[in-house]
Parts: sequence; structure tokens; C-alpha cells
Amino acid sequence: MTIGLGHYLSVAAILFTLGIFGIFLNRKNVIIILMSVELILLSVNINLVAFSSFLGDITGQIYALFVLTVAAAEAAIGLAILVVYFRNRGSIAVEDVNLMKG
Amino acid sequence: MILPALFFYLFAAVCIASALMVIASRNPVHSVLFLILAFVNAAGLFLLLGAEFLAMILVVVYVGAVAVLFLFVVMMLDVDFAELREGFLQYLPIGALIGVILLAEILMVVGAWTIGGGTPRVIAAPTPTDISNTEAIGLVLYTKYLYFFQAAGLVLLVAMIGAIVLTLRHKEGVKRQNIADQVARTPATAIEIRKVKSGQGLEV
Repeated sequence: MTIGLGHYLSVAAILFTLGIFGIFLNRKNVIIILMSVELILLSVNINLVAFSSFLGDITGQIYALFVLTVAAAEAAIGLAILVVYFRNRGSIAVEDVNLMKG
Repeated sequence: MILPALFFYLFAAVCIASALMVIASRNPVHSVLFLILAFVNAAGLFLLLGAEFLAMILVVVYVGAVAVLFLFVVMMLDVDFAELREGFLQYLPIGALIGVILLAEILMVVGAWTIGGGTPRVIAAPTPTDISNTEAIGLVLYTKYLYFFQAAGLVLLVAMIGAIVLTLRHKEGVKRQNIADQVARTPATAIEIRKVKSGQGLEV
């Protein structure tokens, strides 16, 4: 019962699908959508680290580090926009975000 | 050899179950807590893969910073989450359909796939076996990928400045320190010397 690369890729695939599914399911709630994006990025990281480990190439881990950086920046900016939007409108429903419609 | 497999299945199962709870939970605070659980278990998977440094970074950065930021925002915003959940099941069928198709496709690709024979020759930076994972990452990150590292720092700087600029607001009627005014003060404007006769007070 050895754990191969396919096992890790399968876990990452399931996490990725759950992230996509979460965006569909919570169409109104921006916070859950942001969390789903974090899940997707986590699954990407698992893929990168799994390949790095099984191919014996440390570059994958470096790349995962950069993905982590971008994910952190994205979460910070996304939540900042969310706070400002809530301050202006008093709601975070995605359907209300149509101010820029012509 | 049974122990690593056991831990893999443990971490993977808890990770996937908590990811499911993130998107299915009624209360967003519970969602954030399950997100933290998912991250911690992903860190366990990283440990099994031998990426100790990334596992620790995942716990520190994701659990310590990102998830707590989420928690902070969820608790700070006074949102009626029950209202946001209206129509929750409206997109369930189409979402489930797309999810199942996507998962089936990815799993088919993963199942029928092997590493090509020529791959070991194009390895960019082989993992050293005689030094620790952290040291190996440092040796590659600060030499070969130095510019990328600097660019990542710039990304974080821009994100930080952006978040501050977005959320900072100046309220009227709040006393603030004005450094320029303080520096521009001179003794002539700040100090006044009066002669006071003894036995008499001073009217200010």
C-alpha cells in the first residue's frame, strides 16, 4: 500500500472541484467565494509540491511559495474591497454589485 | 510502511471533508474555521511529501494571517447571512453537474498518466538529499530565483499599500497629529514671557 503521485493529484483534483462547486453554490456570498478561491489555490499548491517531491525537483516548491504569496495578497485586497463595499452599500450580495453597469 | 499511507488517508480525508464543510456550512464563521482545518491538514500532506518548510509556511501564512483575516472580516461586517443563503439550492443541480464532470475528467487524466522517460533530464534544480529542506529551498530561491523573490516582495508591498489605501478613511472631528505643524513651531510662537509682580496673579 504505497502512496504514489496519483493519490496526491486525486486529492488536489477533489479540492479543486470543491472550490469550483463552492463558487456555484454560494453565488451571493462574496466571502465564501473568496474562501473557495483559496481552496483552489491550495489544490494548485498540493499539485506543485507533489510533483516536486516525486520528480526530485525543488523548483516546484519554490513555485508553490510564489503561489502562496499571490494568494495572500489576493485575500488581503479582496477583503479590503469587500469592507469598503460594505461601508458604502451596507450589503455584500454579489447581485447588488452592478454599479458600473452603463 | 503502513504508517505513511495511514496518515495520508487521514490527512486527505479530513482535508476534503472540511473543504466540503467550507462551502456547505450555514454559518460563515464555521466556514472559516473549517478552512483553517483544511489548511492544517494540507500542511500535514506537505509534511508527508517532504516539504517541511512549505508546511510550516502554510500554517503560519494561511492559518495565521489569511484565515484570521477572513475571520476578522466575517465578524466585523454586520451582514444578514440568512438572506444571502436564499436561493442556495437554485444552482445546486448545475453546479453539481459541472463539478462531477470536471472531477471525472481530472481523475481520468490522473489515472491514465505516467511520468515520461525524458523528464528526469530536464529537472531544473534537483532536490539535494544531504541538507534540510529549508536549506535546499534557500539555496535555490536566493540564487536562481532572486528576481522572482524580489517581485513577490513587491506584490506583497503593493497589496499592503492597496489594502491600506482602500480602507483608510478620514473622519471629521478626530484629533490627529500633524507632524508638519509640530516641526514648524518656533519658540517665538510657542513661548510667551510675562513679568509677574509679586503678590499678584497672572491673567491668561
